[in-house]
Amino acid sequence: MTAEVLVKGGTVIDADGSRRADVLVRDGVVADVGENLTQRGATVLEADGCIVSPGFVDLHTHLREPGGEDAETIETGGRGGALGGYTALVAMPNTNPPIDTASVVEQVLRVGRLAPCRIYSSACITKGRSGEELAPLGELHGLGVRIFTDDGSCVNDAGLMRRALEYARALPGAVLAQHCEDAQLARGGHMNEGSWSSWLGIPGMPAEAESVVVARDIALAGLTGGRVHFLHLSTATSIELVRAAKAKGLPVTAEAAPHHFTLTDSLCCGYDPIYKVNPPLRNDGDVKAVKEGLADGTIDAIATDHAPHPAQEKERPFDEAPPGMLGLETALALTLTELVGPGLIALAQAVALLSWQPARLAGLTEHGGPVAPGRPAHLTVFDPEAAWEVDPTRLASRSRNTPYAGRKLTGRVRHTLLAGEPVVIDSQAQR
Amino acid sequence: MKHLLGIDDLGADGIGEVLRLADSFLEVTRRDIPKVPALRGKTVVSMFYEDSTRTRLSFETAAKRLSADTMTFSAGSSSLRKGESLLDTVRTVEAMGIDAIVVRHRSSGVPQRIAGWIDASIVNAGDGWHEHPTQALLDAFTLRRHRGDSFAGMKVSIVGDVKHSRVARSNVRAFSALGADVTLVGPPTLMPPDLEGWPVTVSYDLDEVLPTTDVLYVLRIQRERQEEALFPSLREYANRYGITVERMSRLPADALVMHPGPTNRGVEIDALVADDPRSVINEQVANGVAVRMAVLYMLLADSKEGRAA
Repeated sequence: MTAEVLVKGGTVIDADGSRRADVLVRDGVVADVGENLTQRGATVLEADGCIVSPGFVDLHTHLREPGGEDAETIETGGRGGALGGYTALVAMPNTNPPIDTASVVEQVLRVGRLAPCRIYSSACITKGRSGEELAPLGELHGLGVRIFTDDGSCVNDAGLMRRALEYARALPGAVLAQHCEDAQLARGGHMNEGSWSSWLGIPGMPAEAESVVVARDIALAGLTGGRVHFLHLSTATSIELVRAAKAKGLPVTAEAAPHHFTLTDSLCCGYDPIYKVNPPLRNDGDVKAVKEGLADGTIDAIATDHAPHPAQEKERPFDEAPPGMLGLETALALTLTELVGPGLIALAQAVALLSWQPARLAGLTEHGGPVAPGRPAHLTVFDPEAAWEVDPTRLASRSRNTPYAGRKLTGRVRHTLLAGEPVVIDSQAQR
Repeated sequence: MKHLLGIDDLGADGIGEVLRLADSFLEVTRRDIPKVPALRGKTVVSMFYEDSTRTRLSFETAAKRLSADTMTFSAGSSSLRKGESLLDTVRTVEAMGIDAIVVRHRSSGVPQRIAGWIDASIVNAGDGWHEHPTQALLDAFTLRRHRGDSFAGMKVSIVGDVKHSRVARSNVRAFSALGADVTLVGPPTLMPPDLEGWPVTVSYDLDEVLPTTDVLYVLRIQRERQEEALFPSLREYANRYGITVERMSRLPADALVMHPGPTNRGVEIDALVADDPRSVINEQVANGVAVRMAVLYMLLADSKEGRAA
């Protein structure tokens, strides 16, 4: 095994800016960054026309293990992540059993050590995600968990959420991440409530089911001083609320998923559950608001909400099929195609949203750069101009539920380095 | 036309064609031997994932009177209980060599999904809250026998639980395609949340619209809606929106009253109203077979290509 890799001919973008530079990696760390580097015996990775950036960090990945291995495993999800340019994934805890005890966290981390991506575990806020009693937050924090969430469900009890936020203040770096969905307002809904749901006769959930919880938790962040992170924001009102809360200096952060800046609820017109996701695809105004929120910094991170489901689950009727869509292998391309291409955000800002901003948010100091000597060599090399077409059968995921089949996208990961090891070379997974 | 998934598949011209065909099939159903060989050799499967004896029998009678072979698949006795998926079930049925599937399902959109998976013609016999196109066609057929071909300017008031009603969605499309002015009447909680693009006006006051209504179309109220707090009680619903004898007196003398059945007498409609001469509720049922014959004939006659091997 060669310990030296030279990434040659690219443009480095990190939090310190952009410059033409080669990157030499030795023993898992960045050894040198500069123009016209040479190193005899090093593996050379061509990066002509490519961006070399700190590896991407996904705050929101459903790896399905344990319990849902027919949909995805830590290994296959990790491979999909590497192909998508990710060097760190935060596994969501809505597994079976849920990640709400030390033993399940340890299991996820142990299996994750073999994946071609660093696997970090989030953990539940409440035992069994049932919204009734707190999970052992302190013990889980001791194992390295920083993001606590009942994702897939909302902590509906405001009193319990308040206690969780207060308690977590004693846990350095802890963030409570909320899946904002008022259970009563959303009850029975399967898509965004609006003109399309009305016409199609599919029970809807209103945008307000999300925004009332955003408003509530902003108030609770003010009350307790605890950090709240808003998962997968999808509505214009939610984003406006977060913008105002940040302006007041409250400790809140937010993420958005690529499908919420790319797709709208009109796609449900064929009743294909491939377009069913939670929060649901919204309308044009919401898509515009998500883009604006990403552009002006209201939203801190692009997170995939990668949610694999086996084919037969998506062959059920719309209202019986589970929500969720794949995201790891298309997130970069959608960011470049939908946001950078039309000039809504700069390329460096896109990388920030995919890499160092989520890394900082989750306290992953090993990730997010900068690309500088001595730093861990978690690197993504991508070609921002490469055109490709999404072919579900060629994705690394065990599942095929991508809504982008046949879609032509721009921007593709070429190489991914995990602690200096090229785990993806020329868009091919190496393990 | 290959499928009847919704009224928009037909448009005004297609609706007119179905209604004209239904005229001649109505004559067939009145013969001593009410049967024609039009679909001999064709196989029509009814797949009812939701119980509906009336609609299923109406379709099966229609198919038999056209000399088609029929097979029935109903949820209670089906492979569904063995965990077979919808896709696997329809592929299995298709492999037997069939020409059409008549589908009823509690979920909106299932007929449309099946149409995308297999080659046979699909007839929507009611899907979730979405559409029930043959109900709308038989309603239009019934109305036409009383009012003639032109619905232009006719004032149709559809009263009740529009939000959860596939009958309402199909009838709004059908009646407005034929030129009628449709008003939806009911409490705001029973209206679809967003009516953008719907060719309708909305009223929350039944008594206000009664005097100018030509056709009063009464929807069924399901009792469980009360538990969802969509209205305070069945009694209050009946007081505000029930079709009482007293309200019938404010309806024009030449108006018609329709209902897709089965009626909840005493809730959305008084027992005595069903017997009012302006009620055509029984005629609607009688016309169902002729209209469904017309639909099956339109989809399957001369459709030798497209048949599954």
